[in-house]
Amino acid sequence: MPKVKPKRARPSLDMTPMVDLAFLLVTFFMLISKFAPEEVVVVDTPSSISDIKLQESDILTITVDKNGRIFYGVEGQHTKRELIDKMAEKYNVSFTEAEKAKFSNMPSFGVPIASLKSLLNMSDDQMKKVNQPGIPADSLNNELGDWLMQTRYSNPKVRIAIKGDNDADVPTIKKVIKTLQDRKVNRFNLITDMENKPTI
Amino acid sequence: MAEIQEKGGKGGKGKPKKQSTKIDMTPMVDLGFLLLTFFILTTTFAKPQTMEINMPVKAKNQEEQSELKASNALTLLLGANDKIYWYAGLPDEPTAPGVQVTDYSAGGLRKILLDRKSNPDLVVLIKPMDTDKETGRYKNMVDVLDEMNITDTRKYAIVDVDPRDEKLVEDAKAK
Repeated sequence: MPKVKPKRARPSLDMTPMVDLAFLLVTFFMLISKFAPEEVVVVDTPSSISDIKLQESDILTITVDKNGRIFYGVEGQHTKRELIDKMAEKYNVSFTEAEKAKFSNMPSFGVPIASLKSLLNMSDDQMKKVNQPGIPADSLNNELGDWLMQTRYSNPKVRIAIKGDNDADVPTIKKVIKTLQDRKVNRFNLITDMENKPTI
Repeated sequence: MAEIQEKGGKGGKGKPKKQSTKIDMTPMVDLGFLLLTFFILTTTFAKPQTMEINMPVKAKNQEEQSELKASNALTLLLGANDKIYWYAGLPDEPTAPGVQVTDYSAGGLRKILLDRKSNPDLVVLIKPMDTDKETGRYKNMVDVLDEMNITDTRKYAIVDVDPRDEKLVEDAKAK
């Protein structure tokens, strides 16, 4: 008697729908993703229940890290290009075209304007390693205020956001807020993490 | 899909071999998933959350500033080590029981604010301390502002610390 041979089904299944879906997702993520800009400093922001989102563009970020260093960043290459021209004029520093181009691609920086030129001449690797001292914002030498004003001249729509670290000290934050207030900026945002609203 | 092609065993006959139209797509699919993983991991969806604060326009002279009634004032002094020194009333003579210490927990600051919710004219003065002895953290500032949102306290202001406040804190610590 011949043995009943079970028909060997080949262990393959139709993966077409899965692959279709995978590529759909790839396309989706490719189109939607906006890469996070590389940060000069790591800042751990405090959390709040506020669920207001920051506006899409034209954001000026003042970052205060845990050592009280102030970093300055503004969105938009065009704005930055205009900004560096204006600041160069104000502080009598000259920048080459290459330096200006590099500046307009930089997300944020934290050096006094006197050392900005040497920062711009560094390679990307060096720039990451170098310890940026922060932007001076004292009442005598308030470069932060000048950066701020010149940015607002270049782009009046700009919205100011303060991104402070949990452990940033109050005097520095106050200094920043005072700088803003002295320049009649009374509305600004504080960047925070999300937190669930507690029930009361 | 993802199949290994099998060569027909019988060769050499006159019939033209029927070539299978299936191609091995495994590498393409591998790459597809690799890209998928990459994009999933690198995408930043969430735009940062923000809190909006409006600071008052600086009054040019003293007369423009309005006086605050002692019964409506609540002062929070944000000290070091996540402590809050607080008192009701004015710094010259805080209403009983004087300066007290609390913290940022739900039973601390939030309770104080909720207890005073019945007073619609309550003004909370937030004073982050920045003296040599007592320096608050930025987190404390945000936490307090957040508590204002949670308890729906409408009137509050960030104010500089008064020398009188410093003395009150010193006294409270000595106690």
